[in-house]
Amino acid sequence: MNLSWDKSKRRASNTLPHIPLMFFTLIALFPIVLIVINSFKERKAIFRTPYHLPTAETFSFKGYITLFERADFELYFLNSFIVVALSMFFILFLGAMAAFALAEYDFPGNPILGLYLAIGIMIPIRLGTVSILRLVVSLGLINTLTALIMVYIAQGLPMTIFILTQFMKSAPKDLKDAARVDGASEYRIFWLILPLVRPALATVAIFTMVPIWNDLWFPLILANGEKTKTVTLGTQVFLGQFVIDWNAVLSSLTLAMVPILILYLIFSKNLIRNITAGSVK
Amino acid sequence: MISAKPKKKFPFHIFVFLAPAVIIYSLFMVYPLLDSLRLSFFTELDGKEIFTGFSNYNRLLNDPNWKPRFWGAVKNNSIFFIIHMLVQNPLGLALAALISMKSVKGRDLYRAFFFLPSILSFVIVGFVWQLILSPLWGIGEGIMGFLKLGEYFKPWLGLEGSALIALSLISVWQFIGIPMMLLYAALIGIPDELIEAARIDGANNWKIFWGIKFPIILPTVGMVGILTFVGNFNAFDLIYTTQGALAGPNFSTDLMGTLFYRTFFGQQLQLGNPTMGATVAAMMFLIILVGVLLYMFGWQRRVTTYDL
Repeated sequence: MNLSWDKSKRRASNTLPHIPLMFFTLIALFPIVLIVINSFKERKAIFRTPYHLPTAETFSFKGYITLFERADFELYFLNSFIVVALSMFFILFLGAMAAFALAEYDFPGNPILGLYLAIGIMIPIRLGTVSILRLVVSLGLINTLTALIMVYIAQGLPMTIFILTQFMKSAPKDLKDAARVDGASEYRIFWLILPLVRPALATVAIFTMVPIWNDLWFPLILANGEKTKTVTLGTQVFLGQFVIDWNAVLSSLTLAMVPILILYLIFSKNLIRNITAGSVK
Repeated sequence: MISAKPKKKFPFHIFVFLAPAVIIYSLFMVYPLLDSLRLSFFTELDGKEIFTGFSNYNRLLNDPNWKPRFWGAVKNNSIFFIIHMLVQNPLGLALAALISMKSVKGRDLYRAFFFLPSILSFVIVGFVWQLILSPLWGIGEGIMGFLKLGEYFKPWLGLEGSALIALSLISVWQFIGIPMMLLYAALIGIPDELIEAARIDGANNWKIFWGIKFPIILPTVGMVGILTFVGNFNAFDLIYTTQGALAGPNFSTDLMGTLFYRTFFGQQLQLGNPTMGATVAAMMFLIILVGVLLYMFGWQRRVTTYDL
C-alpha cells in the first residue's frame, strides 16, 4: 500500500508541472493561431465565429487578394531577403576573419582592439541614428538597400566577433602547426579552421538574422521609399492604411509571420541545442 | 640592429583579416555614436552648426516645453522596465525551473512554444494584440466573459491609465522566452551529483532550487537583468506601431525611443531638430551607461561565480 501511494505521488509530481506549462503554451500560441486561422475566413465569420477553423462555407482568400493588389508585397519580401542575406554573409565572413586574427595572433594592441570591437555589444547602434542618417545622405546611399546592409553589418559584428573569438581559440593547435610546416599561407589556415566553428556560425547566424528581419527603425529612417521597403516596414505602412479591412489586416500579419516561422521550425532544434550547449561543455 | 634575414616580416595578413570588420564597424557605428554626442553640444542656425555648450541639455531638462516630455519618458520607461523585471523575469525563471526538471516530458516542445513569440517583429505583435484587445472584434472581452470577468474589460490600449501597463505586458508576452532560455541553459549546466547529494540529505525540490540552484545561476540572473535594461531603454517599435509616434493617449506611453524619434524627425506641429535629437540620444546613452556600469561594478564583482 505504501508502495502504491508512493507511485501515485510520483505520478502527481510528474503531471503537476504540466498544468502551468500547458497554460502558458496556450497563452503563447493562442494569439498567433487566432490570427492565422481567421486570415482564411470571410469577414462575417471573422466576427461571428472567431475561434472556429475555416470551413468550406467561411473559407476565403479575399484578404490575400487585396494584399497583392494594393501593396507590392513581392517586392518587400525580395528587399528583406536581399538585406538579410547580404548582411548575414558579410557579418559572418568579416566577423570570422576578425575573430580568427584576434584568437590566433599575439600582436600589440590585440586586447584593446578586442575591447573596442566589444563595446558595440552593449551600446545600441540606434543611439547614433542622427549621424548615421547624415553619413548615409553624404554617401548618396539614402533610400538604398546598401545603407541598411552597411548599418546591419556594423550592428551584427561586435557580438559575432566576440562569440567566434572564443570558439576560434579552442580550435586544435596541431592542425594549424601541421599546415604551417607544410608551408600553407595564413589565409589557407583560416579556411581550414572555418569549418570547425560551423556550429557557432549557425548560432550567431540566427541571433543576428532575426533582429535584422524584424527591424522597423532603420528601414523607417534610411530606406522608406516604395522601392526599398522591407517586409516589416511594408506591413507597418499597409496596416496603417487598411485598418478597416479586417481580411487584409489578418492576411498581411499572417504573411509577415510565415517566413520567420518556417525558418524557426527548421532551425529551432539546432538553435536551442546550441544555446544550451554553451553551458554543458 | 639589422639582421641579414629578418625573423619576422610585417604581418600583413593580420591587417587583411581585421581591416574590413574594423573599418565598417568604426564608420557605421563608432563614428556615428561619437559624432552624435558631439552634435548634442551644437545648435543649428541658418544651416550652420554653432557650438552652444550644454544649452541643449539645459533646454531638455529645464525648458517648460521639453521638461515634462523628457521626465515623462524617463518615468514611463522606468515603469516599462520595472514591469519587465517583476513579471517577465520571475515568470521566465519559473518556466525555466519547470522545464529543467528531469521528470517533465516534452520539454523541447514547451521550450520551442515559449520562445516562438520572441522571433516575431514588434509590428506583428503590436497589431495582433491591438486586434485581440479591440472592442470591435471582442476577443479579449469574450475571453474575460467566459471567465466571468466580462464587466472588467476595458479598451486598455486606449486609456491613459492602463495603456503603458498593457503595452509592457504585451512586450513581456513577446520576450519571456529569452530569459527562460538563458536561465534554462544555466540550470541544466548544474552537475547532477550536487543535486543528488542534497536530495540524500533530505532536501526537497523547493529547498534544492533556492538553496543550491538559484545561487549557482545568479550570474545569469544578473545578465538577464542588464539585457532587459538595455533592451527596454532602447524600445521604440512596439509603441510606434500601436500608439504612433505621439505615444498616446496624451503621451502616457512615451518612452525614450519614441521621444528620440519625435525630436529628431518632428511630428505634426513640431519641426524635426537633429541636434536636440542627438541630445535625447546622448541622455539615453548616459542612462544605459549608468546601468551597465552599475551591473559591472555593483553586481558582477560581488556575485560569486561557481566554477563547476
